[in-house]
Amino acid sequence: MSDFTSNFWNYYIVILTVLGLIFCIWLLVAVGKREGAKASDPSHVWDGDLTELNNQLPGWWRWLFWVVLIFSIGYLIYYPGLGAFKGIGGWTQIGQFNQEMNDLDAKTKPMYDSYLAMGVADLSKNQKAMGTAENIFLNNCARCHGSDARGTTGFPSLRSGAWSWGGEPAEIEQSITEGRTGVMTPMADAVGGPEGVKAVVAYMRSISNLDHDMAMIAQGEKLFADNCAACHGADGKGMKEIGAPNLTDSVWIHGGTPKAMEAVVVKGLNSDLKDGDFAMPAQKDVLSKGQIHLLTAYVWGMTHK
Amino acid sequence: MAVIWGIVGLLVGIIISLQLLMPAFNFDFLTPWLSYGRLRPLHTNAIIFAFGGCALFATSYYVVQRTCQTRLFAGGLAAFTFWGWQVVILLAALSLPLGLSTGKEYAELEWPIKLLIAIVWVSYAVVFFGTIVKRRTQHIYVANWFFGAMILAIALLHIVNSAVMPITLFKSYSAYAGVQDAMVQWWYGHNAVGFFLTAGFLGMMYYFVPKQVGRPIYSYRLSVVHFWALIFTYMWAGPHHLLYTALPDWAQTLGMLFSVILLAPSWGGMINGIMTMSGSWYKLRDDPILKFLIVALSFYGMSTFEGPALSVKTINALSHYTDWTIGHVHSGALGWVGFITMGSLYYLIPRLYGRTEMWSVKLINTHFWIATIGIVLYVAALWIAGVMQGLMWRAVNDDGTLTYTFIQGVVASMPFYWIRLVGGLLYFIGMVLMCFNMIKTIGQGKSVDVAVPMPTAPAHA
Repeated sequence: MSDFTSNFWNYYIVILTVLGLIFCIWLLVAVGKREGAKASDPSHVWDGDLTELNNQLPGWWRWLFWVVLIFSIGYLIYYPGLGAFKGIGGWTQIGQFNQEMNDLDAKTKPMYDSYLAMGVADLSKNQKAMGTAENIFLNNCARCHGSDARGTTGFPSLRSGAWSWGGEPAEIEQSITEGRTGVMTPMADAVGGPEGVKAVVAYMRSISNLDHDMAMIAQGEKLFADNCAACHGADGKGMKEIGAPNLTDSVWIHGGTPKAMEAVVVKGLNSDLKDGDFAMPAQKDVLSKGQIHLLTAYVWGMTHK
Repeated sequence: MAVIWGIVGLLVGIIISLQLLMPAFNFDFLTPWLSYGRLRPLHTNAIIFAFGGCALFATSYYVVQRTCQTRLFAGGLAAFTFWGWQVVILLAALSLPLGLSTGKEYAELEWPIKLLIAIVWVSYAVVFFGTIVKRRTQHIYVANWFFGAMILAIALLHIVNSAVMPITLFKSYSAYAGVQDAMVQWWYGHNAVGFFLTAGFLGMMYYFVPKQVGRPIYSYRLSVVHFWALIFTYMWAGPHHLLYTALPDWAQTLGMLFSVILLAPSWGGMINGIMTMSGSWYKLRDDPILKFLIVALSFYGMSTFEGPALSVKTINALSHYTDWTIGHVHSGALGWVGFITMGSLYYLIPRLYGRTEMWSVKLINTHFWIATIGIVLYVAALWIAGVMQGLMWRAVNDDGTLTYTFIQGVVASMPFYWIRLVGGLLYFIGMVLMCFNMIKTIGQGKSVDVAVPMPTAPAHA
């Protein structure tokens, strides 16, 4: 037991526990039987009429005490409790956990094996499989992407058809398995301060057919080509290899108002954890291969009816 | 003051139960001071330490003088403990909404306040044990054993769990790390329940029940056995708050077993209280104070049965993290602590103002019934909600997926949260009635120095 750096603490626990139990039994047997003072003893009168009787301990209560004590002694023999003594039952909480998980895995393995043998397109049309996938989604993915999978500010909708990291089954499976962290550096200085930020945003809005300030577009287009095109592409349609989103599809993960867009340009994303971390965590340690395969089909199926 | 703080504590409780129903009551568009995370520790601290603490100070000072047949040792110091404690409460009421917290449950107050608590508490110990030393009776009355055990144990718990490294005036870090910190915290946390809310209030029970019934305590022997067994086993019970966690298996087992053993000594106190009634049950019919005391003992018996049951690993796996725990705490706090205090104060207040009974005995009766219905609604609602949550969280489909999402459990709990709110409101209304009755009683009487009883037999000293 790693808690004990020497045998002393082991014996300390054992001796204290055993003495404690003996103390309780002694109380029950020896002190419980002691005659003590009679009710009439004037030394047991305190506050006017406040006195004490000295009745025998109720029989059923003594039995109750014996039952819990004997239960405890038996429990200590069977389960780990007396210091480093592991108990004759060999029980551990991690053992119980592993056992339950193994049982569940063994039970569901045939089902997942059959799903793993199926392609994503077929799987997404299998109602039973998608029922299971929906439950996995609701208990694992919905807390960020929403129970309707439409996301919220900062957390992408999976139904928009826009895929920063690619929407093919293999790409979705990779996103779930390993997670995704897109990094955008703060651009305020690069584009020349607040005026430049406004100009770039005006240009971005113009290529997305959103209302914008016509007068700033020319300046914005130049700034965009010099600073943003390296990742988002000269046409602004993004680059899925590094998760740079398409800026022309009217899908705005971090908000589509001029103010929200300016904030992203100024602060960047995931460049400083203090400003919020929008990484998608890897699920490979949380979900099995079979579960991830099911989720891939479920997510892919949302935009491929 | 206990009554006043009781009202404050209950009101905060009602606000946070509303916040669980309607998030708008967090007023987070206005200020962070009233958010759930800040008001919840204010609620627990107000009930345990302001309401419970003031009641314990008042009754223990009264009882120790009556049963030792002598005046308080160092009366000036006793006055200091009163004012010191009120300052602690005020500082708590200011600092917790401001967000100053150590994050340790029931020990949230920051280190300067903890220091003040330690000073007040040691003064309390000096006054109490000083009075015991100069007593004129031969034996120490059983109520004083429990008060004394409470004072010693709380001093120990508070000092060990409050070991922190101050960083600034308002921020400190615990001296312990990881699972050791959790273990020290729950060793403290559970014994705050065991010694503050159980031993202390058993002390109250051992004086006010026999006095109000007018009969002797049932069994001296039983009180010896259950006292020593209770204070010994309570010290071990803390780990049952950490079952199925990083705490080593052996420590979990010991915590669980001594919690199970605790059932017997706890019930010893209930038997001694209830059997003191034997032969006088008819008095329950028209004595509302006795009703409070006896129902308190019934809730005590029920909670101390529920507690050992919940500490069994198998049951805990279902109940832990659900509202069942909240229901359990409130059956103890509203039923046992609240009712034994109300009964005791209804006995005590008129006697401190030169009267024989409260301004309105009928109003006591009304208070009793409103509060009882309130508790039953509150506790039953959370039992049902808790078991339901536990079952929903563990429900698994044939395909190995969870049947319900967490949010479905929350939605299903909503009706029970409404019932809980109604129960809490009823209990609160009862407390307001008590306050009104108290003000009327005080208005009609005048504060008197109650004479301590004279020894009926020559002192053996």
